[in-house]
Amino acid sequence: MADRVLIADDEPNIVVSLSFMLKREGYEVLVAPDGTQALAAIRAERPRLVLLDAAMPGLSGFEVCEAVRADPGLSGIRILMLTAKGRDTDIARGMGAGADAYVTKPFSTRDLIARIREMLA
Amino acid sequence: MIQPGLVLGVSFGYLLLLVAVAAHGDRRAGQGRSLIDNSFVYALSWGVYCSAWTYFGSVGRAASGGVWFLPIYLGPMLAMLLAWLVLRKMVRIARSYRITSIADFIASRYGKSPLLAALVTLITVVGILPYIALQLKAVSAGYEALTGGPGQDGAAWWRDGTLYMALSLAGFAVVFGTRHLDLSERHEGMVAAIAFESAVKLAAFLAVGVFVTYGLFGGMGDIWARAQAQPQIADLLSLDGQGFQGFHGAQWFTLTLLSMLSVLMLPRQFQMMVVECVNERHILRASWLFPAYLLLINIFVLPIAIGGMLIFGDGGAGAESYVLTLPLSQGAVWLALLAYIGGLSAATGMIIVETVAVSTMVCNDLVMPALLGSGRFARKGGDLTRLLLNIRRAAILLVLLLGYLYFHVAGEAYALVSIGLISFAAVAQFAPALLGGMYWRGATRAGALGGLLGGSLVWAYTLMLPSLARSGWIGAGFLDGPMGLGFLAPQRLFGMAGFDELTHSLFWSLLVNVALYVGLSLRGRASAREASQALLFVEVFERGQAQPVFWRGRARPEDLRRLAGRFLGAARAEALFRDHARETGTALDNLTADARLVDRVERQIAGAIGTASARVMVESVAQEEPLSLGDVLEIIDEASQVRIYARELEEATVELRAANEKLKSLDQLKDDFMSSVTHELRTPLTSIRALTELMLDTPDIQPHERKEFLAIILSESERLSRLVNQVLDLAKIESGMAEWHNTDVDLKALIVAALRATAELFRERGAEVVLDLPDQVPLLLADPDRLTQVLVNLLSNAAKFVPEGRGRVQVALREQGSELVVTVCDNGPGVAPQDQAGVFDKFRQGGEAGNRPQGTGLGLPISRQIIANLGGRIWLDSQPGRGACFGFALPKGGADGR
Repeated sequence: MADRVLIADDEPNIVVSLSFMLKREGYEVLVAPDGTQALAAIRAERPRLVLLDAAMPGLSGFEVCEAVRADPGLSGIRILMLTAKGRDTDIARGMGAGADAYVTKPFSTRDLIARIREMLA
Repeated sequence: MIQPGLVLGVSFGYLLLLVAVAAHGDRRAGQGRSLIDNSFVYALSWGVYCSAWTYFGSVGRAASGGVWFLPIYLGPMLAMLLAWLVLRKMVRIARSYRITSIADFIASRYGKSPLLAALVTLITVVGILPYIALQLKAVSAGYEALTGGPGQDGAAWWRDGTLYMALSLAGFAVVFGTRHLDLSERHEGMVAAIAFESAVKLAAFLAVGVFVTYGLFGGMGDIWARAQAQPQIADLLSLDGQGFQGFHGAQWFTLTLLSMLSVLMLPRQFQMMVVECVNERHILRASWLFPAYLLLINIFVLPIAIGGMLIFGDGGAGAESYVLTLPLSQGAVWLALLAYIGGLSAATGMIIVETVAVSTMVCNDLVMPALLGSGRFARKGGDLTRLLLNIRRAAILLVLLLGYLYFHVAGEAYALVSIGLISFAAVAQFAPALLGGMYWRGATRAGALGGLLGGSLVWAYTLMLPSLARSGWIGAGFLDGPMGLGFLAPQRLFGMAGFDELTHSLFWSLLVNVALYVGLSLRGRASAREASQALLFVEVFERGQAQPVFWRGRARPEDLRRLAGRFLGAARAEALFRDHARETGTALDNLTADARLVDRVERQIAGAIGTASARVMVESVAQEEPLSLGDVLEIIDEASQVRIYARELEEATVELRAANEKLKSLDQLKDDFMSSVTHELRTPLTSIRALTELMLDTPDIQPHERKEFLAIILSESERLSRLVNQVLDLAKIESGMAEWHNTDVDLKALIVAALRATAELFRERGAEVVLDLPDQVPLLLADPDRLTQVLVNLLSNAAKFVPEGRGRVQVALREQGSELVVTVCDNGPGVAPQDQAGVFDKFRQGGEAGNRPQGTGLGLPISRQIIANLGGRIWLDSQPGRGACFGFALPKGGADGR
């Protein structure tokens, strides 16, 4: 059975590209347009991996990440933070929140998919 | 009765304990952990005000006059209300100019006058001798009461315990009062011992009070009730009793005023409050702790007095010993002994501080001028510090012996209280010159001299001499006026009768004093030195560090150094010059004797020998140019200039700091802006890169997908260029670099043109546009392209937010007063109240996540900048769910030239 991946991002065009990429690789794709819906989807659908945009309206990606890590029932979910903010402090914040990986936008789809395969291996 | 040996043993044991306390205080000071740098210790040391007079005399006075003992304590309490204002100024002045006694203080204020210093010293010595005698009398009377012994009657003088007590007290004062020469270096050990004594006497008095009130009687109420049952005592306490008849209101006032002044002017108070003050801030707490102390020590005065009268059935002279005789009569020997130690504390504390203070004055202001006057002494070199200390030690011994003599000669004839009040009235004469000098720049030396001399002569004539006449030293006829001149009768001057002698004397002496002080000051002219000192005193708080130095002339550094060495000792002189060299940034050997150095040396010497003598000594080694009044004014001017520069510099520093803060916050804003711009640029770039890469890597991509991706890439590219343009645009406008091509503009025509440009948008969204334009509006002076930019922005915003298919946008133009107002209202979702304030901020985009219209988040900030540049204002009216209404107003005249 294909691994389930959740894309949480408020930019529709980025969602288009990410979901095309993941489907091409054979993953099952879920989409959430903001932090609140992302957290709800994580709880309901238990994806194996979340591609999480850091700056979203409602709950930010950092807050979603912290909430997931604080919930013992959600252990084992891998989180990859995606962000257009590439400053060192932002990366530190993402890692502090408990993300497994941190990728800055714009990203290379080749690198990203390699990274995702690695995380789900 | 108690064995004399026991009393003497305990007394000397107690004195040894004091020595130990003082030694401990000195040791701590040496370690830099001052025991007295503490507002509680400071306040306790003020308790030296309560001498044996308080301890024994108050009860005696209460027994003979009811509440008459109170004004002596009410006065200081009132005085303390002003402590922060007056006392702090005294302390600051004394500190700044190294003043070590009240004589020095007054002399220094009036041009460092040696004559004035000598006069104040003389008045002090004469005035204070009875007071010292009073303490000796109290101790010896207490000793008699305890031992029931014969006292000095019948014993040879060398067997008189009082004499030995006086001598040992002199020894103690010598040990702790004259260890260092520079008196402005405080006597830490002495102050610690005095504070300790204050605690002891308070505890002892309270112990006796509790014993009498709750041991012998059933509490305050019980004593009061029993007193009411005795007509003689009841009369004493009632408001229409003997204590409140005749002109006694005036006497209350007199006593209160007198003690108000005394608490500041008595040499021992000046010593403790001013000279020994470690930290000005302690004054604040001490000024309420001290009244609390007075209150406590007075609580049991009436109960003890009434209790004594009830038990012993008298109200006479014996009342002054009630504190001892009441416990003794009940067999409470140890309490009586404790009470005696309390009284001893009160007496010794007063004597020690008073003699140390007076000896400083006698040495600096009587002996030194005489020595300096003899040429031989001035020429002779060598270290004089030892000589000065010995003069002081001799002065302490002399004052105590004179006090002892007075005690023998006159002490027996008076009650404690009357003796004390004579002294109070004497020191009260200092008040006009001292207080006036601190606040009135116009007061002169002549005024101070005249006032002091006149006041103290009247005091002697109306108070001192009559008391001597009463005890038979002067013929009794004197009291009826010299040579039978009735209007000169010392206690009824110019026929003023009906007052008690103290009120009478104080009235006339202070009247003469103040009249001469003010009159002579107003009539005469101050010399340059007086004027400069007046300024330094009155404006001590205003000047801070930038004090003017009133000296001009030539001096050689080695002369000054030798002079300092003679009075301060070689080591201290060396340190003084080294400090000065370091502060002025010159080498020790290259020091020039400029005004600052001369002033510094003079101040340091003043700490040792008084300001007046220090002045004479400095004059002897320097060729001074006498200053004229004009020179003084010039120096003050210069100093004020320096002060103004300093203030300007300070203000400039503050401004610089504020500017720096502003720059920092601007920097932060810029950082935030850059971070936002980066984010906004990266987002479209991300889609473009990802989709392009995917198309490259996916050869078998479906045609419709390829088409969709290419469309997205195109629109994101457009978004990128729009963003870049707008960021540049905004930056240009914000930095003032934008070009404005203002011409006459028809706003109505601009609106129509903007609607034409956005018509396609509205058509796509299926929205209806309703126009509400007047036929004609006045022309505006504005940049038409910029204004079009604003209109298009508002219109396309409205188009984005109206609901698909049933949108309705209203555009209106109005002439309102001096303004033209444009509104663009939509029927979209509106803006939530919490978001309204931010809509004109950069990168704040409205709309739901996911279906947010494509925008840069810069349209409204740019619009706001444009409208602001055209001299108008822009706003938003919105209620959520009922659409948003953006409007802007422009002045009809157009922007002011931009």
